[in-house]
Amino acid sequence: MTEKANIICRCEEIEIDEIREWISRGYDTFDELKRELRVGMGPCQGRGCRDIILRELSKATGKPIAELLPGVIRPPVKPIKARLLAENDQEAE
Amino acid sequence: MTIKTADVIIVGGGVHGASTAYQLAKAGINVVLFEKEYLGSGGSGRSAAGLRQHFGTETNLLMAKYNLQVFPTLEQELDTGMDLEFTQWGYMWVAYTEECLDQLKKNVALQKSLDIPSVIMDTDEINARWPYLCLDGIIGAAFCGEDGHINPQTLTLSYGHAARRYGAVVKTYCPVTKLLAENGRIKGVVTENGEEWHAPKILLSAGPWSTPLAATVGVELPVYPERHNLLITEPVEPFDCPMVLCLDDGAYFKQCPNGTFMFGRDDQDEPHTTETANSAKFLEGVTKSVLKRIPVLSGVRVVRQWSGPYDNTPDHNAIIDWTPVEGLLVNCGWSGHGLQFGPSGGRVCKELLMGEDPFVDLHRFRLSRFEENDLFFEPAFI
Ligand SMILES: Cc1cc2nc3c(=O)[nH]c(=O)nc-3n(C[C@H](O)[C@H](O)[C@H](O)COP(=O)(O)OP(=O)(O)OC[C@H]3O[C@@H](n4cnc5c(N)ncnc54)[C@H](O)[C@@H]3O)c2cc1C
Repeated sequence: MTEKANIICRCEEIEIDEIREWISRGYDTFDELKRELRVGMGPCQGRGCRDIILRELSKATGKPIAELLPGVIRPPVKPIKARLLAENDQEAE
Repeated sequence: MTIKTADVIIVGGGVHGASTAYQLAKAGINVVLFEKEYLGSGGSGRSAAGLRQHFGTETNLLMAKYNLQVFPTLEQELDTGMDLEFTQWGYMWVAYTEECLDQLKKNVALQKSLDIPSVIMDTDEINARWPYLCLDGIIGAAFCGEDGHINPQTLTLSYGHAARRYGAVVKTYCPVTKLLAENGRIKGVVTENGEEWHAPKILLSAGPWSTPLAATVGVELPVYPERHNLLITEPVEPFDCPMVLCLDDGAYFKQCPNGTFMFGRDDQDEPHTTETANSAKFLEGVTKSVLKRIPVLSGVRVVRQWSGPYDNTPDHNAIIDWTPVEGLLVNCGWSGHGLQFGPSGGRVCKELLMGEDPFVDLHRFRLSRFEENDLFFEPAFI
């Protein structure tokens, strides 16, 4: 197994070089990188990597970070045990 | 304004548009695809990505069989560096009533006659193989071990990436605002950024968005969106849990290759919209329903939920047909099972667009069936 050096997404073990490579192939939006590499799909939903990736995208496209689409952070935002959600269900049996 | 041209224009970059672009470009056709966001941003990337050969009509089965012939080697074929995560952990349809089990038996008999290795299992057999499933109320199931899962995002993106490598122009974040026709013939498209493109043939494969686009040239499609929800859990050690579809309340679950679990459930009250909002009601209802069947997951954490539109038709089957506007082909309306038909849907559209005979008889998919009231009845739809 090769050691990964510059991991920026801990959930999916993605390195900065992989991000740069896919950007150079023309995938210069957070949404596309997310679908190719799963960055932002893990339990932290991008809290660790989003800013780094947006900075890379800004460098590559010349657009200010504020103009880039940051992708969607989806509910329940913080991971929650399935049992606790099920217990909340109000539906009549 | 300069007008640009192509041999074929494709509107919509879901799995069907992207697969068709790939197959046409590979055959040397000058093809341009327009996608309003990123590839797979519609139903395709949002789907549960279940792959199955459990259908109850020969037409769907022949296409499903072809899909499962393509998937095992598709990652090498497309060769994009993206992992398609194809796995064959099986797909099970679980019956709670005799009537339902009888239908599954009929479907399996037809599948076997086409050399698809499906089986009917009783509760003892199910329990022996998957002891962690709670079988309360279950009387039997249909199972096919060749069926499984593929990553729907990388599948669609890879088709697009490979299409580009063969010379296709794939324009993302480039919505088409209207189609153009003249004297009953298709002529081209206009894009939101003001470009006009002309081509003698156009494929409309914009999922539920096909209906308003077809209307811009006077073609009426009975395709409408219906919102469905899914959730994903944190990863746990893989134990190859197949896709389990519960035919009492429509709940389903499976383990994905990275160890996460996916839960879904039908909800008749969800709106008919392409808007992708999320509901807490779904989270609570689906976890309760799924944990009843697989209680070992009760301590697993739910990480994300999302929603996406089914592209429904009145009979829940696709429309693959030339429209009354000459040169305008549609492929849409796959309802809840269209992701897996990317390989076969792309193949038949390529064949139609190149004037070849499609490899399966597409009569059942024709557009006129709705006004003729000769619907395509498929007993195994979701
Ligand atoms: C929750 C859920 C679960 C599902 N589960 C499964 C499953 O397990 N197995 C399965 O096989 N199928 C499943 N499906 C169904 C499947 O996702 C769809 O049937 C299939 O993806 C349809 O593919 P498509 O390429 O025809 O359409 P889509 O993927 O919807 O693609 C249409 C594309 O057209 C684009 N578009 C729209 N308007 C325009 C415009 N004006 N200009 C340019 N582009 C435009 C959209 O952005 C979109 O990308 C599921 C669907 C959902 C929502």
